[in-house]
Amino acid sequence: MIESAWLGLGALVVGPFTEFSFMQRALAGCLALSLSAAPMGVFLMLRRMSLMGDAMAHGILPGAALGYLYAGLSLGAMTLGGIVAGVLVAVAAGLVARSTVLKEDTSMAAFYLLSLALGVLIVSTRGSNVDLLHVLFGTVLALNDDALILLGAITSFTLLSLAVLYRPLVMECLDPAFLRSVSRWSPVAHYGFLGLLVINLVAGFHALGTLMSVGLLVLPAAASRFWVREITPMLLLSSAIAMVGSASGLLISYHADLPTGPTIVLCLGVLYLLSLTFGRQGLLQLRSSRHHLKA
Amino acid sequence: MVAALSIDNVTLGYEQHPAVHHLSLRIEPGSLVAVMGPNGAGKSTLLKGLAGLLKPLEGQFDGLARQRVAYMPQLAQVDRSFPISVLNMVAMGLWHEVGALGGLNKSQRHRCIDALGVVGLGDFRERTLDTLSGGQFQRALFARLMLQDASVLLLDEPFAAVDERTTSELTAVLQGWHRAGKTVIAVLHDAELVHRHFEHALLIAREMIAWGSPADVLTPNNLLRARGLHEAFDDKASLCDAPQHVHSAAPAETVAS
Repeated sequence: MIESAWLGLGALVVGPFTEFSFMQRALAGCLALSLSAAPMGVFLMLRRMSLMGDAMAHGILPGAALGYLYAGLSLGAMTLGGIVAGVLVAVAAGLVARSTVLKEDTSMAAFYLLSLALGVLIVSTRGSNVDLLHVLFGTVLALNDDALILLGAITSFTLLSLAVLYRPLVMECLDPAFLRSVSRWSPVAHYGFLGLLVINLVAGFHALGTLMSVGLLVLPAAASRFWVREITPMLLLSSAIAMVGSASGLLISYHADLPTGPTIVLCLGVLYLLSLTFGRQGLLQLRSSRHHLKA
Repeated sequence: MVAALSIDNVTLGYEQHPAVHHLSLRIEPGSLVAVMGPNGAGKSTLLKGLAGLLKPLEGQFDGLARQRVAYMPQLAQVDRSFPISVLNMVAMGLWHEVGALGGLNKSQRHRCIDALGVVGLGDFRERTLDTLSGGQFQRALFARLMLQDASVLLLDEPFAAVDERTTSELTAVLQGWHRAGKTVIAVLHDAELVHRHFEHALLIAREMIAWGSPADVLTPNNLLRARGLHEAFDDKASLCDAPQHVHSAAPAETVAS
């Protein structure tokens, strides 16, 4: 009896992936994204740039949309357009924040709104509503070979780059003035990180769409912060959380016939809320620690 | 070997307004120097210049190029909520050995642990940065500075926000560096501390007031003069045409070391 229940559960979890190749592809894409986007999210959080990540994700949209306008739903054109637009937004936002009276959050919100409006407008002039949904929410269930190769390449490149940039990047977050006083790595770390951020957002854009791609960066990172105190385990845990969240999101959306991108982000959100509540530095722990030690 | 450090008619400032005006002096290798002066006297600016972070508007620093200089700013811009252990933070001081890619080997790890022991943080190495008090954090910065293994150490108000006990223990650390032959230059405000523990004092107030032993420099007369010099810069100031070496030419103000 118990055995058959386990078998049934196993079939629910494994079945969709063994049965349908589009589910296998979606899973492979999500796991690849989780490997690189989640650690990027940890650095984004530690640099207090989560909001900027969101703005940049939207900043990608007009570029991808121009690619779409030019070549239809072409992987190459939309990727290229997205990367160019993302780099432009990163540079422009930095310039505006440094040289005007506006604080960074306001200029970010301005960029974000303009980009979203412009992107939606461009896609609507030529495409159907289906295409618009594709751009806004991604097509994780329709990843073709080329898209999978692109995601895998971006993940591999990101992980290799993070391995090289790790120490300068940690120092750039922790004590930028010190890094500048001992080496010339500071700009390499800063702009290298922004570049990696752009390509990861473009990868996320193909799978989850422009509105949801930041979810895979921000939510696992925020969740892992509640469990561990040091950055190295935080990077690993955030990847694990991203994988669990995106795989369960895929399964739930399959069984309940829900849109995949939002379901994945909601699963990540549930993991975040659980961590916020039950994590070692979460709300319950803080409340119950009213009792104190002697020393 | 450590070279003498000479400051040759140096003017440092921001946007052409001098914060330190025509300063000339020579600091022998291995000296323990306290830089004193009222707020706005240009003490921090002088240290930034020595650290190579600010180019002189005029004049030059000599003897710095051949030695490693370590600089501890007044308010370290460290993000103290960053999730990292004290040991790993302090290990940043070994950058000149490990660079961006190298790992810490066993002996380097031990040197980090030793440095933490010297500043009295031996039991804190696995703790994260956010659990340290202000004084403990300052001790950690001293440990990091120590690991940089520089021959010239520049400290800008290292005791600004720490209690007496921490100050006296960290002063002992400074003296240890001095005994090891390093040139130590620290901006300080506590005249009594300077009298007791320092060989040389430099009193400035946008220009040199006096330079020599603390007893000769920190006289009531000199301190009064330092206080009297005008702080703010004048937006419409005309170009400076002071003759070069004006201050080193005035022996009454300058005590050769």
